[in-house]
Amino acid sequence: MKFGVVVFPGSNCDHDAFYALGNVLQKPVEFIWHQSEDLANSDAIILPGGFSYGDYLRTGAIARFSPVMKSVEKFANSGGLVLGVCNGFQILCEAGLLPGAMMRNSGLRFICRHVHIRVEQTDTPFSNAAAKGQILKIPIAHSDGNYNCDEATLAELEKNRQVIFRYTTPDGSVGRFATAQEADDAGNPNGAVHNIAGICNRGRNVAGLMPHPERAVEAALGSTDGLTIFRSMVEALVGAAKATA
Amino acid sequence: MATAATEIKVTPEIAAEHGLTAEEYARVQKILGRDPNITELGIFSVMWSEHCSYKSSKVHLKRLPTRGKLVVQGPGENAGVVDIGDGLVAAFKIESHNHPSYVEPFQGATTGVGGILRDIFTMGARPIAVLDSLRFGEITAGKNTSEEESAKNRRILDGVIRGIANYGNCFGVPTVGGEVCFEPCYSQNPLVNALALGIAKKEEIFLAKAKGTGNPVIYVGAKTGRDGIHGASLLASAEFTEESKQKRPNVQVGDPFVEKLLLEACLEAMQTGAVVAIQDMGAAGLTCSTTEMASRGGTGIEIDLAKVPQRETGMTPYEIMLSESQERMLLVAENGREHEVLAVFKKWGLDAMAVGQVTDGGLMRVKDHGKTVAEIPAHPLAEEGPVYNRPLAALASRVESEKDWFSFAPEGANLTQNFVKLLSSPAIASKRWITEQYDTSVRTNTLAGPGASDAAVVRIKDPKTGVVKRALALATDGNGRWCQLNPRVGAMHAVAETARNVAASGARPIAATNCLNFGSPEKPEVMWQFSQVIDGVGEACTALGTPITGGNVSFYNETLGKSIYPTPVIGVLGILDDASRVLKIAFREEGDIILLLDGVASTVGARYIVPSSGNSAREFSSSEYSKTVGGIVAGEPPAIDLSAEKRLIDCLVALAAEGSLQSAHDISDGGLAVTLAESCFAANGLGAKAKLEENGPAESALLGERGARAVVSVTPAHLARVLNTARQCNVAAQEIGKVIGGDAFRIQCKGSAVIDSSIPALRDSWAHSLERTLKVQ
Repeated sequence: MKFGVVVFPGSNCDHDAFYALGNVLQKPVEFIWHQSEDLANSDAIILPGGFSYGDYLRTGAIARFSPVMKSVEKFANSGGLVLGVCNGFQILCEAGLLPGAMMRNSGLRFICRHVHIRVEQTDTPFSNAAAKGQILKIPIAHSDGNYNCDEATLAELEKNRQVIFRYTTPDGSVGRFATAQEADDAGNPNGAVHNIAGICNRGRNVAGLMPHPERAVEAALGSTDGLTIFRSMVEALVGAAKATA
Repeated sequence: MATAATEIKVTPEIAAEHGLTAEEYARVQKILGRDPNITELGIFSVMWSEHCSYKSSKVHLKRLPTRGKLVVQGPGENAGVVDIGDGLVAAFKIESHNHPSYVEPFQGATTGVGGILRDIFTMGARPIAVLDSLRFGEITAGKNTSEEESAKNRRILDGVIRGIANYGNCFGVPTVGGEVCFEPCYSQNPLVNALALGIAKKEEIFLAKAKGTGNPVIYVGAKTGRDGIHGASLLASAEFTEESKQKRPNVQVGDPFVEKLLLEACLEAMQTGAVVAIQDMGAAGLTCSTTEMASRGGTGIEIDLAKVPQRETGMTPYEIMLSESQERMLLVAENGREHEVLAVFKKWGLDAMAVGQVTDGGLMRVKDHGKTVAEIPAHPLAEEGPVYNRPLAALASRVESEKDWFSFAPEGANLTQNFVKLLSSPAIASKRWITEQYDTSVRTNTLAGPGASDAAVVRIKDPKTGVVKRALALATDGNGRWCQLNPRVGAMHAVAETARNVAASGARPIAATNCLNFGSPEKPEVMWQFSQVIDGVGEACTALGTPITGGNVSFYNETLGKSIYPTPVIGVLGILDDASRVLKIAFREEGDIILLLDGVASTVGARYIVPSSGNSAREFSSSEYSKTVGGIVAGEPPAIDLSAEKRLIDCLVALAAEGSLQSAHDISDGGLAVTLAESCFAANGLGAKAKLEENGPAESALLGERGARAVVSVTPAHLARVLNTARQCNVAAQEIGKVIGGDAFRIQCKGSAVIDSSIPALRDSWAHSLERTLKVQ
């Protein structure tokens, strides 16, 4: 089992993802340079947070054209596990590997804080180690995390149970609110439609989420809930290896 | 002037326009043995500007203590460096970007952060934390501030915060702390001081000394444009007037993405072993980097401007040499190995171009398409600039009497309403609305971010193995109001409080950096304040064992002839030998005992005499409460006892190391009552009950700001041990109350409840006040 962490020139959570997988979970992990089309035989790919190519145009808009994304696309289309975190989620949307798009946060400011997300689906390689309805405390750090998509896509996402994580209050309630402030008070920090914090594709092998699980892997950092997501991936890979053995 | 062509003949008038005095111009002529041409004049004017040459401060800065057994590099390089054990060093420094942040708040703040980050990675250290110490005019209209002015201050604050966030967040360094203060004197001259901290292996520190005749000089990073010309000389070294907005073109423009590329490329290039020296192009750009590298190395440098990557066409040598375009570095590579360096920059998609070489003979020679356009001896240019021992004049001593001072409320008065007012004042209120705009957790090292502990704490992962052993704590502080009232004592408080903050996080303070913000040095009163502050900083740093390793002086912080308060901002670095022993401010458990630790304890036999923790009316009149509730700013800062401060620091460090505390929070702005309330706010569902039996007014005991004190909480099981350690440290430990379950917050003084409220009610005022104020644009 090997994880590959893609390094765009403006990635700044690449080392954190590497540390979470390599040092905390003690799994083999390697960096993959954005100009490489070789995914180094990775079994799962992480697109980390950051500002890929500066993101002055639109988050992830340039990154989707990078050489590495050609290979990531092929890898994803052949069933490989791909997790995009924050900027990685934005890139996956731009690349069309996930539906929808990110808008500026409803408060129009960068927000960095711990938020709570509720695990909505556990039959994905990114959430199988969690219990349905489990509340995870994980930090966000973004200014463009206001997930949005058209009505039909939203209906599809809900129907196909592709919404894996939703912003919630610490006690697990998810409501709809008239103003950004009310929504924020109720656990939705950025105005994302249906409180969406993370989704997967139809094939359930590609996922993106705005919160940073790699920043919640040790008690000293304030939470270990991010490990649940990485452990899910490890279990999925172990399961897949057994199935093919 | 910014477009000066090479043909312009230099006259004494043109020299004066460049800010050079007649004597300085004569010195230029003497060094050259002829009249300078316009490019050379531009070079001299920036190198000898107050900002770059420290000509007014040099004679005083010499009095600061700069040595210590952990100091690897003191002032004079791009940043100070201290040994933090296990073969690692920490590089850190604080710098101001005040004037640009007033003229153009977003870009001013942005490039302030960018500049200090480059200072750190120029040394070969990877930045791991940034702190920002900010001062603005009042953001609510009131006695001294009009509606229009407060609105303007809110806009400046907003721009500065967005600028800091934009740069640090994209670059990928956590912004973990600092302070935000408000005083009317900063209304037209906000202070933006940014501190950065980086880590490197001890043997891999890089210095900016050009060595080796024939070694190529390589320009790397962003292209040179016309932005920021004369930023250092005209913007940073002159006071503001009505026309200052016209200086907007002198403000640089930042690009954090390029800075991130530059960071990675520089650190990777250094690993090749082919880099001999490196310096960032900050103030005075190409001029300063070439001159200083040559001067420090005892060599000369020759460059050809035709080879400098340029963003615009038709730039004159004058403009290229004086541009302060951001995200640029100059490095010297080993002759014959330049391709190794160039390959790294190519990988990161950055311009890198050999623009010249190191020469012997000590000349800085600038060519343009082969034609010499400037030729100046580097060492005299860098080191033999003017030095002024400017006249000092003590401010006329204030004649004050009791009626000018705060008058205490009668005994038994309920102070709850006043306390709520204090908690919701911008100075005391939660800064969460601001700090949430900063990425505080990237790099996953942040053990205590903004507000969690008295200092920001980041752990150190071993660069190879990722194993964590130690952590570093950093705090910044400074009280301009106190320095205005008494510069020397105010400066000592700034050092003491910063060091106390570091100790209250559990770390041992080891070194300091300072950013000295003052008015015009040409005013004898300002120079007197400066001299007094240097004495105070020096005395306190010596007493507390925290040598100054670097920093920056910012003069000319005045608008229309009115100076800011003298404002030394101190940054202190501390080490926690065990990263798991971080102390935080939050109370932890119901039933824990609240102790007031006081370094000003005197031992009489086996008994401790606990002095009154309060202040006299004179001292109390300089407090935050006096300003907010009484509208009075007068008197003197509290008396300071540096040996008491040292005892308290040692005591907190010892208590942290033995792991016997539940929480720790020092007493500073707003006094004991604010300290207690903040420890409750940071906890979940806990309140506090405290009883004080002191003589003297309740306001003084609860809200006075005398130093050398901290509030700690401890479980009943650990109480004896804590008391014993405090005794060994010669620090008084007085049991003043208990952490309670539920909402109540109650403080009694001599039997009557002076503050009686609930945590949710108090928290609401404290937590949302800033946000409510700032949403009104």
